[in-house]
Amino acid sequence: MFKRIIVLLAGIWLIAGPAPAQEQPEPTLIRAAVLRVDRPGLPPISRLELPEEDLGFAGARLAIEDNDTTGRFMGQDFEAEEVLATPETAADELERLIGEEVEFIVVLADDATMLALADQAGDHAMLFNAGARGDNLRGKDCRANTIHVAPSHAMLADGLAQFLMWKKWSRWFLIEGSHPEDTVFANALKRSATKFGAKIVEERLYEDTGGARRTDSGHVQVQKQMPVFTQSAPDHDVVVAADEAGIFAAYLPYQTWDPRPVTGSAGLVPRTWHPAMEAWGASQFQNRFEDLANRPMREEDYQTWLALRMIGEAATRSQSADPETLKEFMLSENFEVAGFKGQKLTMRDWDHQLRQPILLTTGLLMASVSPQEQYLHQVSQLDTLGIDRPETECKF
Amino acid sequence: MKHILTIALCLAATPVLANRVFVSNEKGNDVTVLDSETLEVIGTYPVGNRPRGITISPDGKELYVCASDDDLVRVFDPETMEELHTLPSGPDPELFVLHPSGNPLYIANEDDNLVTVVDTETHQVLAEIPVGVEPEGMGVSPDGKVVINTSETTNMAHFIDSETFEIFANVLVDSRPRFAEYNHDGSKLYVSSEIGGTVSVIDPATQEIVHKINFEIPGVLPEAIQPVGVRVTSDGKRVFVALGPANRVAVIDGETDEVLDYLLVGQRVWQMAFTPDEKYLFTTNGNSNDVSVIDVEAAEVVKSVPVGQQPWGVVVAPE
Repeated sequence: MFKRIIVLLAGIWLIAGPAPAQEQPEPTLIRAAVLRVDRPGLPPISRLELPEEDLGFAGARLAIEDNDTTGRFMGQDFEAEEVLATPETAADELERLIGEEVEFIVVLADDATMLALADQAGDHAMLFNAGARGDNLRGKDCRANTIHVAPSHAMLADGLAQFLMWKKWSRWFLIEGSHPEDTVFANALKRSATKFGAKIVEERLYEDTGGARRTDSGHVQVQKQMPVFTQSAPDHDVVVAADEAGIFAAYLPYQTWDPRPVTGSAGLVPRTWHPAMEAWGASQFQNRFEDLANRPMREEDYQTWLALRMIGEAATRSQSADPETLKEFMLSENFEVAGFKGQKLTMRDWDHQLRQPILLTTGLLMASVSPQEQYLHQVSQLDTLGIDRPETECKF
Repeated sequence: MKHILTIALCLAATPVLANRVFVSNEKGNDVTVLDSETLEVIGTYPVGNRPRGITISPDGKELYVCASDDDLVRVFDPETMEELHTLPSGPDPELFVLHPSGNPLYIANEDDNLVTVVDTETHQVLAEIPVGVEPEGMGVSPDGKVVINTSETTNMAHFIDSETFEIFANVLVDSRPRFAEYNHDGSKLYVSSEIGGTVSVIDPATQEIVHKINFEIPGVLPEAIQPVGVRVTSDGKRVFVALGPANRVAVIDGETDEVLDYLLVGQRVWQMAFTPDEKYLFTTNGNSNDVSVIDVEAAEVVKSVPVGQQPWGVVVAPE
């Protein structure tokens, strides 16, 4: 408590009488960690998407640099420990971080691990979900100690649906994979279809039976299989693929029986970030990241960056380093953070989901951004994406 | 026939001297030059890669252009548009401000969290001042003693002593501060916040925010209201704020800080410049590739003139 008062006083003094940099006292440390839980699995279909060793961590490093630059003027110093874990070691690592009194932990993990870690952390730490998209985590399984920086499946699906409806592509041929994460994304797409008035003309299951994938004969098999697999579908405007596991969707474009655009998990893909994004000052942000990491920025990096920037922004605005003060501020109506999306990002108080625009991307470019301007909302246009207050199942 | 008309217009307008208006086209890699009386395009000239910030010396003899992707400032003869020389700028120069005396030039280096100070006569770098993340807006007090830099991700206006190059105050403003502009007697400093959607009015003497200007336009989503460029008439009575994708310029009472009107201009309006007599205000509209011309007295848009690709900055030659 004593320490807290000193910190607050120091903050007030710095703001009230801005002194030259050299006279500042010892900066106050604000600690965080990034816990990345890697699940063993097959390599991705495309070698362009091979996992990076510093995935997510590089974004965190940039955020700490950014926070520290601002911190120089505030008497604040930021750090984020990088922790790599497996689903088996994640609990122990979280235990250790809590033991070391790290109160802000950014997590990159799948839905089930994210939920388990949130339950384990209890009120000892605030978790930032930077990866898991499950709607249940924002719904019936929501936890008060978790802020969702990553968008939900529902937000991504709604972002795509708005664009497809604007194109008047309202008849969807939904192809979903056989993995549980495919099913939850497919469910989100079905919900979006109902919400925005699209019709799913057929749901078809793509069973993952293993297979050639990246062997030499892979493309031969694909060229034979995909047209056959997609034939005899009812009339449709667009194929919508739900393949979170990354098994088949990337093979669909140009291989469908009917000449139709592919969207969802391939073709036109809803995302939080794309390395070709140049709008809203993003060029500078991409440059800074690439200088630091020597590679383009991925969604995981953007999301860890954003999570740590939220902490930095809260520390600057509240002029405090006290974790309780920062938590309270981040969850308040007054909190807003800039994330190179052309508008402020704010917090949904009903499920702790960060409101954000969704980028619709093709291979090389950002094709559009949702919300589409025709979709209006009485509170925030961003609330046309995902689960809105009246429909939430979350109870803290 | 058109030529004759133009000449006739010129003759009719003799009491007011025409000035050259220079518009930097970020994606076109060139500068479009307009005539401030006829509002006709005089010509388009290549100026290097990704030109953004643009300004002119008080004597009108040197035109400075931030060639962001060339990592330098290019200096042109405003009459001939021949390149005279270049100035070192530090990486990714975006926006800059000249000391009222014409020397030195203070440049924001967006990628490097620095403000670089360059002597326009000796072409030497005098100082590099560490500031917040993504420095952009640059302003200077009328007496030349204080230089302001705004940092877009740190969200501060940094007050820099123009002689010692030390930061002596930092003022936290709303998200993504883009531009800083003093009124002419130095009693107010206006700082626009693009994502915050506000303009902070700061008392330069105390470095405190005395007022925040908010904007509300019927039929325009609040998210689209993104203040960027700010200009103040020399009598301090009118403040103009470019509102980005809201496609409007706000007209503000410089005494009460109240918004009086919104003028519809081209798409994604960012920067603005007055003619020396303050008869016209030119705005750069990045998405519609044109310049809107505002009659300042009447507070009306009188014309839009197509320029190059993605117009960014604008400056008008002095008398």
